[in-house]
Amino acid sequence: MAIITTTKGDMDDSLLVHKSGSIDNEIEYTTWDEYYLGDELVHRSAHVTLKTSPFTDLIGATLG
Amino acid sequence: MANTQSMCTSFLGQLLSAGHNFASNNVARSANTADTFKAALYLTTATINAATTAYSATNEVSGTNYTAGGVTVTNANNPTSTNSSSTAGVGYWTPSASIVYTNVTLSTAFDTMLLYNSSQSNAAVAAYTFGSQTITAGNFTLTMPSNTTTTALVRLSTT
Repeated sequence: MAIITTTKGDMDDSLLVHKSGSIDNEIEYTTWDEYYLGDELVHRSAHVTLKTSPFTDLIGATLG
Repeated sequence: MANTQSMCTSFLGQLLSAGHNFASNNVARSANTADTFKAALYLTTATINAATTAYSATNEVSGTNYTAGGVTVTNANNPTSTNSSSTAGVGYWTPSASIVYTNVTLSTAFDTMLLYNSSQSNAAVAAYTFGSQTITAGNFTLTMPSNTTTTALVRLSTT
């Protein structure tokens, strides 16, 4: 059993329906967890791991 | 409109005038401390890109437990530079911990984090995009890439 923070306060996860998912592509690896009380979403968290970042290529002047 | 991942152009010019200091030592200023960098989240409807010059609350996310301006980035890593050849090299830096927005509810979709320098008039550093997210009474965590020449969060390279 685990306690989940929800929009209705802390709840035991046994009372909730748990759904999870992930995305894995060139930009990110993302996972998420959702908990539902009936049809109502009461908790959603997400964890994004960035894989790429903006890259700046610096160019120096050529003398002569 | 849409957000676009990019280093902010103004940041590049500011580097040449000691406009940003990521290191715990600083040869260009009297204060020998790193600047404070923050991370703000933006809605999918925002326009954050290379032309962004500073943090703005316009189209920033809002919701329970999210403070305008975002969170402070943990910085225990000094910038590093290394040569990959006799004519090429790279300077790089990555925050030393994940960026976490704790127990927030962000109901409107967001897809961008703006890294900016809150010590220097909120000057923009770079925009980072990811898949659209919402958060409900939960944490949003951005785990940093490895601090290497090829994956660091901020990289400047010569070729």
